[in-house]
Amino acid sequence: MAIFLNKDSKVIVQGITGGEGSKHTARMLLAGTNIVGGVNARKAGTTVTHTDQHGDEVELPVFGSVSEAMEKTGADVSVVFVPPKFAKDAAVEAIDAGIGLLVVITEGIPVQDSAEFYNYSLTKTGADGKPVTRILGPNCPGIITPGESLAGITPANITGKGGVGLVSKSGTLTYQMMYELRDLGFSTSIGIGGDPVIGTTHIDALEAFENDPETKAIVMIGEIGGDAEERAAEYIKANVTKPVVGYVAGFTAPEGKTMGHAGAIVSGSSGTAEAKKEALEAAGVKVGKTPSETAHLLREVYPVAVEPSAL
Amino acid sequence: MDLYEYQARDLFEAHGVPVLAGIVAQTPEEAKAAAEQIGGVVVVKAQVKVGGRGKAGGVKLAKTADEAYEHAKAILGMDIKGHTVHRVMIAQGADIAEEYYFSILLDRANRDYLAMCSKEGGVEIEQLAEERPEALARVNFDPNTGIDAGKAAEIAEQAGFSADEVPALAEVFQQLWTAFSQEDATLVEVNPLVKTGEGTIIALDGKVTVDENADFRQPGHAELVDEQAEDPLEAKAKANDLNYVKLDGEVGIIGNGAGLVMSTLDVVAYAGEAHNGVKPANFLDIGGGASAEVMANGLDVILGDDQVKSVFVNVFGGITACDAVANGIVKALEILGEAATKPLVVRLDGNSVEEGRRILREADHPLVTLATSMDEGADKAAELANK
Repeated sequence: MAIFLNKDSKVIVQGITGGEGSKHTARMLLAGTNIVGGVNARKAGTTVTHTDQHGDEVELPVFGSVSEAMEKTGADVSVVFVPPKFAKDAAVEAIDAGIGLLVVITEGIPVQDSAEFYNYSLTKTGADGKPVTRILGPNCPGIITPGESLAGITPANITGKGGVGLVSKSGTLTYQMMYELRDLGFSTSIGIGGDPVIGTTHIDALEAFENDPETKAIVMIGEIGGDAEERAAEYIKANVTKPVVGYVAGFTAPEGKTMGHAGAIVSGSSGTAEAKKEALEAAGVKVGKTPSETAHLLREVYPVAVEPSAL
Repeated sequence: MDLYEYQARDLFEAHGVPVLAGIVAQTPEEAKAAAEQIGGVVVVKAQVKVGGRGKAGGVKLAKTADEAYEHAKAILGMDIKGHTVHRVMIAQGADIAEEYYFSILLDRANRDYLAMCSKEGGVEIEQLAEERPEALARVNFDPNTGIDAGKAAEIAEQAGFSADEVPALAEVFQQLWTAFSQEDATLVEVNPLVKTGEGTIIALDGKVTVDENADFRQPGHAELVDEQAEDPLEAKAKANDLNYVKLDGEVGIIGNGAGLVMSTLDVVAYAGEAHNGVKPANFLDIGGGASAEVMANGLDVILGDDQVKSVFVNVFGGITACDAVANGIVKALEILGEAATKPLVVRLDGNSVEEGRRILREADHPLVTLATSMDEGADKAAELANK
């Protein structure tokens, strides 16, 4: 199972010929991702060559558009590595083509552009009335279902398959937490991104983890800014039966200073780490003071006994 | 980036939003000249990026240019909630009949834009929203369609304006939307938006926040940066493309990734409780590619902070492997030479961690201590800062 991404996912890369796109296409292939091609209008008709996880050479076709790539390969996931200037056009193109999952890695996209392509995606609905395209990010590390597929930049060798589901605003903090819990393994780990406007939210991931039989317990990592964690807390209280532990970064962040992520800013009394921690605890979610303490709390609620020797 | 009121005024004017004359001044002499140029009654307004300046005595009415001079003299240099006043704006006096409120902002929860409007402006809007939420109209709208004539009228109607008042207001709302969208703003707030005795609508005071991610298509925004108000270390870090925020403590922090660095600050603050309350001195995210040069630039900025007593380097090797980071640290210390004087605690984990630790052990730099976990490293760095 896992959520949003699995071994059957067919992945294309928008910006496959660029520096970042090329580097991470190689990494994703080594992680076992079924990459079926890429998009660059100016290099349509060419191919790029990489090595897959079996050490075999693979030649990937470069298409002129996302819709052409989908038509020729059956791709259902696209990972976007194009620079901020062109990211909105790339996203709109993928939404127009009706891609199922759009993972926007690009950092530094103007929030107006993100707000525009996100709202545009809401207007493109399928037969069920829901938007066809799920957007992950922007400014995120992407998604990994260990042992099956990686769509993004998360290091694939931290840990393997297991029962922990993780959703986080931050990239390296995601890696840190996967590392702390590497003996348990993960069903899926999702980085939703640290921008003010993002597609997939904590709540979307929580809902999917709750419905995923493979996920036994959930770690939710938040950080200062906005009120997504508070809303997630309400959602957990009403809808999530699986054990959830939380971590919030930024207790020492001063008001009015942006801490690296465009969305990580405390404005007045809103967006503080303390408020988020309180909201989560009020919903019955135990919140760790540090990543290591959070890992410890997860072990306490993890439904499968962990042999000390495995630690 | 938050703009000053005078910058917001200029920006409004450029997009056709009706504003009154306003001239920025940095000395009482300039203030006097500005008052003479504008003529009549003027208002001397402290330019600070914080609310409550009126109560603090930062806004004064002047009937003559000499009065403007005296008020400017008193206000310049004043401290308002920790912000020193370096500039005043001399604004034309307004004949205010009514005061309204209007704003456009990014609605993070809904992931669209929100327009807010009230007939009761001029007051603290947070207070109004809490005490009488029915007096504040809130209209969400799609960023792709913006505020057109219909949406503008809808906002005014929801705020309770009568049919004959709506057209004039709706026009100004559309002009403010133009300013918001064309300047890549995340906030445009007008409080008060006034109706004059003659019935004209004017944006009397504006707050604007612009999105720095859009700098590539907003070349004019570079001029809005207030270098005078920037911390010198932050300015130096910015010049080196480093993501740095100066804080008040003693433990310098370097890490990779915004979330991990924020978390490191917290862990150091907790560890500091056992070491005489030492605190993190800064936020510094060197990003994914921790090359020797980036590491050297980062260390250089941190060591330039006199308050710093020790440095904690906390890196999780993801895309960048730990051996590259370790090499970066060794080379950075070579580059800095004798400029490196403070103890460094280094914690590495993740990709190629064994190799990274081996490189640091073999380099055996007298200032470097290795830690095997984030908690241990934070504790050690706090302990060293307390010596």
